Amino acid sequence: MTDPTPPDGQPSRGVSRRGVLGLAAVAAAGTAVGFGTGRATSSGADDPRRGSHAFHGDHQAGITTPVQQHLYFASLDMTAGASREDLVSLLQDWTAAAAQLTAGQEVGESGATDGSPLAPPDDTGEALGLGPHNLTLTFGLGASLFDREGDPFGIAARRPEALTPLPSFAFDLLEDAISDGDLCIQACADDPQVVVHAIRNLSRIAFGRAQVRWTRLGYGRTSRTDAGQQTPRNLFGFKDGTANILSDDAEALDRWVWASDGWMAGGSYLVARTIQMTIESWDRTRLQEQELVIGRTKGEGAPLSGGTEMTEPDFAMRSSTGDFAVPSTSHVRLAHPDLNDGVRLLRRGYNYVDGNNDLGQITAGLFFLSFQRDPAQFVQIQTALKTDALNEYIRHVGSALYAVPPGARRGEHIAQALFES
Amino acid sequence: MKHLSLRSAAPLALVGALVLSGCVENNASASTSIAVTSTADDCEVESATATSGPVRFEVENSGDDVTEFYVLADDGLRIVGEVENIAAGASRDLTVQLQPGSYFTVCKPGMVGEGVGQAEFSVTGDEVQVSAGDQEAIDEAVASYTAYTKSQVAELVTGTRAFTEAYRAGNDDEARRLFPLARVNYERVEPTAGNFGDLDPKIDYRKPGAEAEGLPFTGFHRIEMDLWIDEARGNYPDEDLQPLDAAGRAALADQLDADIQSLYDEVHADDFELTIDDITNGAIGLLDEVAAPDGKLPGEENEFAHTDLYDFLANVEGAQVAYESVRDIAAANGADGEELVAELDEQFAAMEALLATYGSYDVGFVSYETVDQSARNALGAQLNALSEPLSKLTFTVLGVDPGE
Repeated sequence: MTDPTPPDGQPSRGVSRRGVLGLAAVAAAGTAVGFGTGRATSSGADDPRRGSHAFHGDHQAGITTPVQQHLYFASLDMTAGASREDLVSLLQDWTAAAAQLTAGQEVGESGATDGSPLAPPDDTGEALGLGPHNLTLTFGLGASLFDREGDPFGIAARRPEALTPLPSFAFDLLEDAISDGDLCIQACADDPQVVVHAIRNLSRIAFGRAQVRWTRLGYGRTSRTDAGQQTPRNLFGFKDGTANILSDDAEALDRWVWASDGWMAGGSYLVARTIQMTIESWDRTRLQEQELVIGRTKGEGAPLSGGTEMTEPDFAMRSSTGDFAVPSTSHVRLAHPDLNDGVRLLRRGYNYVDGNNDLGQITAGLFFLSFQRDPAQFVQIQTALKTDALNEYIRHVGSALYAVPPGARRGEHIAQALFES
Repeated sequence: MKHLSLRSAAPLALVGALVLSGCVENNASASTSIAVTSTADDCEVESATATSGPVRFEVENSGDDVTEFYVLADDGLRIVGEVENIAAGASRDLTVQLQPGSYFTVCKPGMVGEGVGQAEFSVTGDEVQVSAGDQEAIDEAVASYTAYTKSQVAELVTGTRAFTEAYRAGNDDEARRLFPLARVNYERVEPTAGNFGDLDPKIDYRKPGAEAEGLPFTGFHRIEMDLWIDEARGNYPDEDLQPLDAAGRAALADQLDADIQSLYDEVHADDFELTIDDITNGAIGLLDEVAAPDGKLPGEENEFAHTDLYDFLANVEGAQVAYESVRDIAAANGADGEELVAELDEQFAAMEALLATYGSYDVGFVSYETVDQSARNALGAQLNALSEPLSKLTFTVLGVDPGE
């Protein structure tokens, strides 16, 4: 791979150097501008296909970026025998390809159709003409990358203290095959083909250096990170993410999301949990019970202590029976910052459906993604959920933790600071 | 035309009247002549060394059978040069352009089997500068690979006969031992064999494939099912699978021998031709055979015997021979060509090193059933690491204007 035409940061005349996408005329309108926080604005309002987010910036995109509709998440392991040079070259190649992909360009020098008819195309082609659709690509590094026997990548001494594998929690039913991994890529966009194309091409670029360990296809964002976004619903049918950290809350982001130490300064920690729902059992639960389990009304999303969706719950309020109006075992109460020393997470999860099991039960649930300054924040809240009534209807089957490096500035590659002394 | 230096152990073959432009006017100009005597059980080569450049082997057949003489590369597989159809009492010459490196010489009286009197042959001196990117280089590659295909099918004839004889005779332990070994020669040239559309289904179809197409289930895998009947009953518990009697065995064995002979006749026919595309695309095709959903990597090829690792290695070896025969042409195509061959050299070596951790043809490979999922994933990862650059070989060999 060679360096791509810098696709971001300033209005570019040519979205595709080959002009195949025919977007050159609208490139200026559709190209995002990075701000100090790394947040990019999506300014292609007249055509949602053209919204794009800068890949380069102080922070990686895909964290505070307004949550897109579709996700494809990949966990990869470095191949046996891979060297530090392999890891660095992979991160360089991914950086170049990610800058192209997030700008809606084809991958590689000759893209999908402009190469030799005798060679496989650089780009796999299924996103031709689709536009960037607000694609963000967010890269992370797992603890196993730092812990590999013999330290082939020469980074063992630079492992952040916070990057310690998560403890076991009550009701965990974790499967190794859908947990952990040396590297991760979170691809989010408003079109499903765009996210699949991104992961497919990035994993192809990785052949010989890293291989896919597991992937998760998600749809229908289950949280919001922007005040302008409606609160979406998860597969339980409830609004999710009402109290999330929003992208314009700089103080909360600095306090709860952005790491500040060493090479991770400006980065974050990503917890990815595959939470399977016992869909059939939940669907047989009466409405009143469902609302008591969650602690909110199903329709409006208001706390059971009253008001509307945005009303803060009154955890002290008692109902006519003398019990708490928002029950002591309800999900909202146990997860709320007020009962967790104020601890907050930036959640960015998606619904997933993955066929069915041998018994005809739908394999579906929540692919929970949260970004935090320190994984201890997640551990505190997840520990508090031990008595959550919702546990009857969910099983955590996959778990992973990644260090998400700060954004790559122009000319840098992903996680460059990790490799500099 | 540009000049390039060929790497060591990267010879070009000159078969018969073929000459390499700018280097060798004809056979008579060969600077070195070496006498070779082919007998029934030996292959005497006058000298085991030569100086790089054109070398002429003067082969005399002192045996009673028609014979062949081969110069093989240091892997003992790739054919650098060959001369065929040397009648008893006759002599023919083979002139090959040899770069410094290690080779083998071998004769093949009867023109089938592995040959006799294989001996090391070493070439010293400077690399020979040649012009490349031209038709001659491509012709040499095609000639070399075509000869390889023929020799593999010839060995397949004898290997299969040994296997079917043991099976016919009820010597099941021996038949089970020979099953994966006999298949090696087939798997090395599988895409070529697959081109004969009526033969491959008879020789190499798996049970589900034959049944899906409504064909009688015959060939290697039908015999495999009979030799591993308990395993077969486990795989197909709803079917009343019975072992074959002597007549049933003989019918299968006879047909496999006949089908392999038909394959031999096809690839040794006067009109048998391969193209440079057959070689480069065949190389990636061989690796696709490994990775296919009914291939070796998922353990579906030999679903009863679990000898998939033999086939895996054989496919990789076949791909490597195809690659080696065009390697110089690829390397001649500028920095990209140099980079590609360096990558492919490394990845072929890594693939074979990984497979070697599971055994070899000589000592046997472990049952694929004992290779767990994470180990299969590692094999798959290395296969991807090899397949991705190999998919660029056709372009690198053919896609660059030689005049640029």
